[in-house]
Amino acid sequence: MPAIEIQGLEKTYQVGFWRKRPKRALQPLQLTVEEGEIFGFLGPNGAGKTTTLKMLMGLVYPTGGSARILGMDLNDPRVKAQIGFLPEQPYFYDYLTAHELLTYYGHLSGLPGKDLAKRAETMLERVGLRDVRGLQLRKFSKGMLQRVGIAQAILHEPKVVFFDEPMSGLDPMGRREVRDLMEQLKAEGKTVFFSTHILSDAEALCDRVAVIHLGELLAVGAVADLTSGVRGRVELVWQGTKVPPSLKAMGGDCYVTGDTVRAVFPEESQDMALEALRREGLRLISLVPVRTTLEEYFVEKLRKPEKTAGAIA
Amino acid sequence: MNARIGHIAYNTFREAVRDRVLYNLIAFALLLSGSAILVGQISMDVERLVVVNMGLTAVSLFGLVIAIFIGIQLVSKEIERRTLYTVLSRPVRRWEFIVGKFFGLAGTLVVNTFFMAIGVFGALLYVAHKFQKPDGWILVALYFIVLQFVIICAIALFFSSFSSPLLSAVFSFSLFVIGSFAEDLRRFAAMANTLTRWVVSGIAYILPNLSSLNVISSVAHQQPVSAQLILNNTAYALLYAATALCGAVLIFERRNLK
Repeated sequence: MPAIEIQGLEKTYQVGFWRKRPKRALQPLQLTVEEGEIFGFLGPNGAGKTTTLKMLMGLVYPTGGSARILGMDLNDPRVKAQIGFLPEQPYFYDYLTAHELLTYYGHLSGLPGKDLAKRAETMLERVGLRDVRGLQLRKFSKGMLQRVGIAQAILHEPKVVFFDEPMSGLDPMGRREVRDLMEQLKAEGKTVFFSTHILSDAEALCDRVAVIHLGELLAVGAVADLTSGVRGRVELVWQGTKVPPSLKAMGGDCYVTGDTVRAVFPEESQDMALEALRREGLRLISLVPVRTTLEEYFVEKLRKPEKTAGAIA
Repeated sequence: MNARIGHIAYNTFREAVRDRVLYNLIAFALLLSGSAILVGQISMDVERLVVVNMGLTAVSLFGLVIAIFIGIQLVSKEIERRTLYTVLSRPVRRWEFIVGKFFGLAGTLVVNTFFMAIGVFGALLYVAHKFQKPDGWILVALYFIVLQFVIICAIALFFSSFSSPLLSAVFSFSLFVIGSFAEDLRRFAAMANTLTRWVVSGIAYILPNLSSLNVISSVAHQQPVSAQLILNNTAYALLYAATALCGAVLIFERRNLK
């Protein structure tokens, strides 16, 4: 059974004051996330990531389609007990202490009162906030609030966890800690669905990713599968101080450093470039295929959404 | 009341208690009670009347400010600060959130009124040196003031469920002012011709009748309040607040939390 099954979920807002006109925030979305996966939902700002998450949380009503979480319809009241949610740039009741906040959320999640204080304590320890348990949240830094947000999302041991931009605003150490925590959740058998525009994190963490842009799903799959489809490039390094005109004409990016030249060409120009080097009598030092990163894939996808949307989605 | 509503209500109450504005208002109310004593001392033979009148009016006005000031922000602040997202992503229904918020604010006002009432009775004792039997009617006047707060809370929450805090404040305060003259409006309707009578009567019945909940003047004159009025006012206030709350829930249930 899939953890999340989105079937044609879509959202159109009516904008304007007097003359209302429709503005589509999300085109019909088809997406399936398997249990135990870490799934990355990628897209630039305004792509429709948060709208999708809000619809899954019941905060925004879809104008079409449906979704099921753990086999239950979104409107099924039992769903909410099985999910955890961290909103983007979370802000909590700042007059409460971290411990009070977790206890409050625990009560709302229906956790039994007698174990709640202990569970809140354990959770604060897990996110590294045990020492500041009695401090009001108004005195917390952004990174600390993000940790509280993660603690409240996993407090009730949900089976599916939704994080909206969990690494946003965190320093490298904080990002690393969140990544470790997500991996721990996966190891515990939980499904993690998170939206991000920090592609290195998605690349390091996700079993699969989906790319969304302007409310439209552009691609979905494992990172390696997606990046393998991108036009490859090769890096050539040879001895010399100049770039011969025949190589310049091939349109690669060339950099001269001391007595070596480094050039990156499209894969299909590789043979021609080698031939040109041989003709010029230049000594080849290395020829290495350049690995396509998710970022490069992402940039290429967003540059030509109109060409690729139909083909992959 | 289910447990979730209770926890939301308690959290709303806790927010109000930890909010410094609330403390300031209590301090102001006490200050006004103090000035009532001063006025009482310079009012020959009518100290009791002046103190009860001013004290209860102060309780009513300060409570009203708190009810509107907090009531209009109950929902909008939660949406604006996105604190609502982590509440509604739990097994909490939207109506439970609204009802919990209402009980939290109403509870805050009851506690607040209790402390201000102590101030009023303290001032009365200071001026009159002892309580008299008719002073017990002050408790009924205070009860009616609380009923007014219950109505105003529900109205503020109703407006807060779909409008901005500023507009909600304007609407709620306007309804309070018009509602305080509801009896005059009904008298005007009775004197008008057919069409105007129908329209004005309709408006008068839709608006909250707060004037019947104001017995400050008669209590200050040590006049009793009938049991029938207490019963009618209780039923009316609870029914009106419940209707306003239902309206708030109906609107909030359909709202997209962008």
